[in-house]
Amino acid sequence: MQISVNGEAESIEPQTLESYLTTKSLLGRRIAVERNGDIVPKSQFSEVILEDGDVLEIVHAIGGG
Amino acid sequence: MTDTIQVGSYTLKSRLLVGTGKYRDLDETGRAIEASGADVVTMAVRRTNLGQNPNEPNLLDVISPDRYTLLPNTAGCHTADDAVRTCRLARELLDGHNLVKLEVISKSRTLYPDVVETLTAARTLVADGFEVMVYTSDDPLIALELEAIGCVAVMPLGAPIGSGLGLQNPYNIREILDNLKVPVIVDAGVGTASDATVAMELGCEGVLMNTAIAEAKDPIKMAHAMRLAIESGRLAYEAGRMPRKRYADASSPETGLIE
Repeated sequence: MQISVNGEAESIEPQTLESYLTTKSLLGRRIAVERNGDIVPKSQFSEVILEDGDVLEIVHAIGGG
Repeated sequence: MTDTIQVGSYTLKSRLLVGTGKYRDLDETGRAIEASGADVVTMAVRRTNLGQNPNEPNLLDVISPDRYTLLPNTAGCHTADDAVRTCRLARELLDGHNLVKLEVISKSRTLYPDVVETLTAARTLVADGFEVMVYTSDDPLIALELEAIGCVAVMPLGAPIGSGLGLQNPYNIREILDNLKVPVIVDAGVGTASDATVAMELGCEGVLMNTAIAEAKDPIKMAHAMRLAIESGRLAYEAGRMPRKRYADASSPETGLIE
């Protein structure tokens, strides 16, 4: 199935958000995730099952004024 | 100094608030922030680089949320919607921390605040439980409206972002100070220490700056200079300056002179 992550299309197998983040070495890092416009709390990463057409934004903190 | 400022539910020990952008590296960022004595430190929220060097150092490793009050900004957002989404992501990123710096910047070369979008975003964020420190123009009416919406601090620009021109309209800043009850913090436009002092002498509660420190030849030394400038300006404001006079007024007694 196809999802969009930070503006890039990606083909993945059906899986939880937690497993997707693990494959990207992002689990446990200081990130926040938005799925289809809504925040996904960290506590729900393991419950959310990604679906075809999902749009994810994964962000972190960087320097800024 | 034991003097503090109250911004919403946050008690701040330093009147100097600093950004973390434009530094050479994270080490320099950390050392400059340390030298500034600031406890409010701004940060930006950006897309994570996927699949590249997972061990890359993170800003939050250097600027620990345990030690500093982090102030996520909405820089780069041109609409109220994007600014609100960014704040919600920041709140999740910082485990529920609800203090944000709202800035909705126009796409013009002035980087002037888009006050129409800013007002819309401020209303949504306040209703959603955020404590909003808002970057705005030096328009006294807009400043009043942002206070009425419930922003915890109003932050008019001293001059365009990154310009280092110093306070361009001290009369408007004074007018805003006269009318608002929430802290007024000059954000943007400071170039050197005296600019920061001028803002504090006007009675501003604080100054937020980034480029003036980060783009100094020696950012660590400039951070220290800014710390002193802010303290100095605040003390002068509290002390109350002497009135300006048109003519000289001798400092030594004019009587008892030898003849």
